[in-house]
Amino acid sequence: MPIEPNARGYFGAFGGRFVPEVLVAALDELEGAMRAAFADSTFWNEYREVLRDFVGRPSALYPARRFLGENVPTPLLFKREDTNHTGAHKINNTVGQALLAMRMGKRRLIAETGAGQHGVATATVGAKFGLPVDVYMGALDVERQALNVYIMQLLGATVHPVTGGTQTLKDATNEAFRVWAARVEESFYVIGSVVGAHPYPYMVREFQKVIGEETRAQCLERYGRLPSDVIACVGGGSNALGIFSAFVDDADVRLWGVEAAGEGIASGKTAAALGAGSVGVLHGSRSYLLQSERGQVLETHSISAGLDYPGVGPEHAYLKDSGRASYVAVTDDEALGAFHDCARREGIVPALESAHALAFAKKLALERGSDALIVVNLSGRGDKDIAQIRALGERSEGTR
Amino acid sequence: MKLADAFASVTRRRPAFIPYVMAGDPDMETTAAVLRALASAGATAIELGIPYGDPLADGPTIAAAGVRALAAGATVEAVLALVARIAPEISASIVLFTYFNPLERYGLERFARDAAQAGAAGAIVPDIPLEESEELRAIFAHHGVDVPMLVAPSTPPERAAKIAAASRGFLYVVSRLGVTGAGSEPDFAPLRSQLSTLRAATDLPIALGFGVSRAEHVRAVAGEVDAVIVGSALIDALAGLRGTDAAAATTRFVDELFSGS
Repeated sequence: MPIEPNARGYFGAFGGRFVPEVLVAALDELEGAMRAAFADSTFWNEYREVLRDFVGRPSALYPARRFLGENVPTPLLFKREDTNHTGAHKINNTVGQALLAMRMGKRRLIAETGAGQHGVATATVGAKFGLPVDVYMGALDVERQALNVYIMQLLGATVHPVTGGTQTLKDATNEAFRVWAARVEESFYVIGSVVGAHPYPYMVREFQKVIGEETRAQCLERYGRLPSDVIACVGGGSNALGIFSAFVDDADVRLWGVEAAGEGIASGKTAAALGAGSVGVLHGSRSYLLQSERGQVLETHSISAGLDYPGVGPEHAYLKDSGRASYVAVTDDEALGAFHDCARREGIVPALESAHALAFAKKLALERGSDALIVVNLSGRGDKDIAQIRALGERSEGTR
Repeated sequence: MKLADAFASVTRRRPAFIPYVMAGDPDMETTAAVLRALASAGATAIELGIPYGDPLADGPTIAAAGVRALAAGATVEAVLALVARIAPEISASIVLFTYFNPLERYGLERFARDAAQAGAAGAIVPDIPLEESEELRAIFAHHGVDVPMLVAPSTPPERAAKIAAASRGFLYVVSRLGVTGAGSEPDFAPLRSQLSTLRAATDLPIALGFGVSRAEHVRAVAGEVDAVIVGSALIDALAGLRGTDAAAATTRFVDELFSGS
């Protein structure tokens, strides 16, 4: 069974509710509605039906025979979240939260987004279910991710550029919380990862655990055994908890969370909250975060916008401190290498986020023999990253 | 001055005045001048903001003031040094206003001790609700630093009564859903429906804040609440001013705010 937070929303020492009083009643209302929905089989039936007919689940568990190269015999599988509608695992969560919003009688959706993937996934369910969507996005990200902004607008959402602070995901999340505080009666805040105040980290994981449930069943059915290792990238950490949650009780299955080291943990230009951060409070919960000596949240760096976040979900902090999961970090360059290998050797263009998990799989496979069975959660496809990769490629061509 | 003493000296002609100032915006000397001007203009208590880069409860005005103060180098240590310098000179109580993360990073015990030594009367932590605040309230009480708690329009009556009972110094009643800022109008209807619950739960002065920005707002609630909290409107009025200019603008702002009260 996945780990249950306690009554106050703590996974061990992490989680809780560090929010202004104005949001407490809204979080109480959400928690009550969530618990009622989770206990209602008709809710889950509808959720599964939408995942099947709209998202295209179950996603495949794909044997990646060429990615590691001919000399590495370690069996490697990709959980193909990249084949979901909208191209990533994000939609599993937005479907669940939109259904819950409608059940609660909320008439509008609010979302924060960094690269735009969660914004697109929320705009998509808003269009499908007829709910107006307001997306908050850092002004810098609006500029950098013009294509996703346009897609959200095509889907009928309103994108609000956020000009405060660093003008990125952290500030978009601050703004979404503020807007929610002002409109709690009519609006539902769809958080995009396993972060935020209780019950969000738990709720989002419950909507993502379908990844792990499918992976486990597919593994047992096809290989007659569980994987030796499960690898997933970690920004806020929702795709990782989605796949980890089915295996936390299987002590023999090693769980690996891969953070973005950026230019390297020691460089200071990093987004590895678990690897380089310390315990503090951000966006409503206690977890690890990248902060200064004085408790100011630091600017982060990663080649992958989806991992470029100073915090991490509280359940990951718990899994780290309890030792149940191991957390490693992969640099921008390593992720780029894995990105190209995956494209050329498997015919799959992965998201830069997922490329971090792939880069670690290459390292781990060298330590594991042919009797291992490694699963990588391929959390998203790389279409959104093509312009960035192309620009990088042209730059490196130029210097050769 | 202790908050209880500060409120005891309030004459009942008009609600007590609790302005909010961001420490170190644009520099500590300006803040010192503004604190003196506010005290001279009759402030009962002054909320002194410790800047934080991710202020969830604040609107754009106070968030931007925090960014300016951080850029100018304001730290917890520097704010406490300012309090130690100014508190003995002025009659108004100083109540620190800080988000939880920088406070916890400084150390709860250390902060409470240093705040008390500097002469601060209280500390407001806007992003820590009742359930998470037990340890903090105990530590601060031990050092004689009052922790005023916040009640929102969305707070159900039973919970509001619990918060009121846990509050010290005064009770901070938020006028509307959302964040601080002078932009949209305050709404006094939730306050009015909550007042009897709150009065039954506590003898503390009740202070109204969030969106209170003009003289007509003050007049509208005079006689119902014991104090009004005004932050963003004051910061807007001081925009771009330093030193004695900021002090003079402060005095004009307060005169205007209480005109007709």
